[in-house]
Amino acid sequence: MSRTYAELPGLMTLMTGDEKHGPSATSTLDVLWVLYDRVLRTSPDRLDDPGRDRFLLSKGHGPAAYYAVLAAKGFIPESWLAGFGSADSRLGYHPDRNLVPGVEISSGSLGHGLPIGVGVAHGLIARGLTSPRVFVLVGDAELDEGSNSEAVVYAGAAGLPNLTVVAVDNQSSSWGWGAGGIEAHFAVAGWSVTRVDGRDHAELEAAFEASGDGRPRLVVATVEGES
Amino acid sequence: MTDMRTVFAEAASALLDEDPLAAVVLAEISADLFAKAAARHPERVLNVGIREQLMVSVAGGLALAGLRPIVHTYAPFLVERAFEQVKLDLAHQGARAVLVSIGASYDATRGGRTHQAPEDVALIDALPGFTVQVPGHPDEVRRLLRGAVGVLDSGSTYLRLSAQANREALPLWPGLQVVRSGREAVVVAVGPMLSPVLDAVGDLDVTVAYATTVRPFDGEGLRALAAAAAGTVVLVEPYLAGTSAHVVSEALAGRAHRLLSVGVPRAELRRYGQPADHDAVFGLDAAGIRRSVTGFVFADLT
Repeated sequence: MSRTYAELPGLMTLMTGDEKHGPSATSTLDVLWVLYDRVLRTSPDRLDDPGRDRFLLSKGHGPAAYYAVLAAKGFIPESWLAGFGSADSRLGYHPDRNLVPGVEISSGSLGHGLPIGVGVAHGLIARGLTSPRVFVLVGDAELDEGSNSEAVVYAGAAGLPNLTVVAVDNQSSSWGWGAGGIEAHFAVAGWSVTRVDGRDHAELEAAFEASGDGRPRLVVATVEGES
Repeated sequence: MTDMRTVFAEAASALLDEDPLAAVVLAEISADLFAKAAARHPERVLNVGIREQLMVSVAGGLALAGLRPIVHTYAPFLVERAFEQVKLDLAHQGARAVLVSIGASYDATRGGRTHQAPEDVALIDALPGFTVQVPGHPDEVRRLLRGAVGVLDSGSTYLRLSAQANREALPLWPGLQVVRSGREAVVVAVGPMLSPVLDAVGDLDVTVAYATTVRPFDGEGLRALAAAAAGTVVLVEPYLAGTSAHVVSEALAGRAHRLLSVGVPRAELRRYGQPADHDAVFGLDAAGIRRSVTGFVFADLT
């Protein structure tokens, strides 16, 4: 049975472990919900389907919202949530693709998801799979990691039309991204960019569905800053 | 003689022609050798520019998308610069690739420390699941590469190429290969150390065993050889001394044995010149290896 958005907080409260990444866990909640509810062409019965869309949670910190959405959409049993972080749980403080159905990459160390996503996007094209899309969720502070810069410049030049990065911007980068914001850095590299309200489901959906005109796509999702 | 890198590029290009899931990821180095293959297979020959972290991560992503990636650049940039990518984007994901390095410990003696990586095998060895292949001759490279791609369903391989080579290639098999037999010790020569070891031991009464596959290490083969050679083992590796000492210790655990590990020391030479010059300083030429073997095995002769 698929749950509703209103039921997500209840699922998150089931994760009673000592969750140390509280604020960032919920900064991603609306983006995750819109992706899994309205955008991603994937489902629990398509885990090995080469034609499924891929969602890569690069910012593996605070995965409670991610696990809640995976449970709400039937990828994992809700009964797993209560044991979050315990020795017998498959759900850790950073997700492991080898333990959790539907999790496309193991993450936690920042700056790995986008470069891996570039490889997945290339690989799908090389296999002639032009329909599935690759979504990578990063945080604004995660973009501090230089490995992202390698991927941003390369992907823009290579022009991977099947790649979309969602940057959840809660203004947590100590040094920020300057007057033009995150999107200025991607735009210079040739990406199609937009910024939307990261809590507005209609805006998020429209941004995810919009065409990048053959270019990789960046959607910056603004959410309230950590206080 | 065609060098290992050129043989590798030809063999990898042939694999790209044969296998629609094979891919090559580069970071500028050797891109010229793959120009023809890139023209034939632009979606499976990816040169990401001078971006080694991205190179390894892209290989991880390709593997997750079902491809069989071969990743190639200079050893320090492949293993050391991108080590966390090797650890996380390949090993931790369960994504598999064939990593092919050139440069070895100090092929680039004139290039200095930045282009030297005697630590590479020790670093790869610190991660679970990697096969490590160290060819000793260009004619051994093709089979090792094809074998590594062939076993990608079960694991990743680190293939360590070098400009140093033995005088001749040997038929390959996965374990220790006895080149000559003796009674006082077994000398294990890894990859391009075989010719200098054979020159070194000359008339000494020792077994010489050749290894290209150092992980997994042929512990069973070593137990048998050591038992017939007074439990005395000399390990001669073309990278950091002692890199394989722990696997020898595991293989001979519970048996009386003596082990001498010969290899590149933890030292920064700060000299240029040719690899042979560094071999001489480090005792890795035939004369130096002979000194080590006689001092350890035949102390009463020295």
